[in-house]
Amino acid sequence: MEIIFQTWPWYVSGFLIGMIMLCLIYFGKTFGMSSNLRSMCSIMGAGKRTAFFDFDWKEQRWNLVVVVGAMLGGFVAVHFMSSPSNVDINPKTIAQLAQLGIDAPNGKLVPDALFGTPVFQSPKGILILLIGGILIGFGTRYAGGCTSGHAISGLSNLQVPSLKAVIGFFIGGLIMAYFIFPLIF
Amino acid sequence: MKILKYLLVGFVFGIVLTKSEAVSWYRIYEMFQFQSFHMYGIIMVAIGTGIIGIQIIKRRKVKDIKGLSIEIADKESGSIRYWVGGIFFGLGWALVGSCPGPIFILLGAGFWSILIVLFGALLGTYIYGVFKDKLPH
Repeated sequence: MEIIFQTWPWYVSGFLIGMIMLCLIYFGKTFGMSSNLRSMCSIMGAGKRTAFFDFDWKEQRWNLVVVVGAMLGGFVAVHFMSSPSNVDINPKTIAQLAQLGIDAPNGKLVPDALFGTPVFQSPKGILILLIGGILIGFGTRYAGGCTSGHAISGLSNLQVPSLKAVIGFFIGGLIMAYFIFPLIF
Repeated sequence: MKILKYLLVGFVFGIVLTKSEAVSWYRIYEMFQFQSFHMYGIIMVAIGTGIIGIQIIKRRKVKDIKGLSIEIADKESGSIRYWVGGIFFGLGWALVGSCPGPIFILLGAGFWSILIVLFGALLGTYIYGVFKDKLPH
């Protein structure tokens, strides 16, 4: 029973994520989450003005069902499979975050400093989340994939373009973590 | 039944990403600070599993669920779009600590502020669609 509440080890989690990707290949599909954002833009009518969104999103309905399943999975895991011992990150990381004024996890998945409800009343807080989202949406579509589509699906199929994208992910991530993030907080 | 299997795959994906804490902003921050092996371990084992699985599929010519041969499309060749797009995504990933999958998973779990991130991600996708033909790929 313990295993339900504990943090799942990386070798178990990594294996399961790999199997999920293979499972979708077996179903004749590909594993990729960011393309759902394009489908959602089309559903909201973006295809009328922009050719990129004028495609048959119904072909992608299966992927939207995966999204609904993932949301349910997140709900069940957070509400029924969590424990205060979770998110046991490196004490050095916690000390570093404290200096930036960011609260320690203590079992939480995300910090209140960025995601707590008061964020809705803070222009700075809203702007951080909004800009982060825009970078994710723009970057994944420009690169044609995200962590699932390039890092997992693409690298598993030994694709050089995916390797370029993943190196790009880390260049961008390190620039944010070391140069931009300390300026914001 | 057809659609149910996708719901089930998504459900398992949501649970695994939450229980492995890959959806956690803290884990992403810790990863970019190189202060834990956890996230690197997850990504490497997932890719290792994938490489072995895809090699088996290709060499044994495994058929898909409908009995059709499995064709995995190669990514389009190119460079600029992958480097530049990748860097843009990386900046966002390290700032809000979630990639597209976790955005949906966290929303399902009831973290309402992630709605702002989702709105931004849709906006960013739209911006790309509008400027697609003017961008170098």
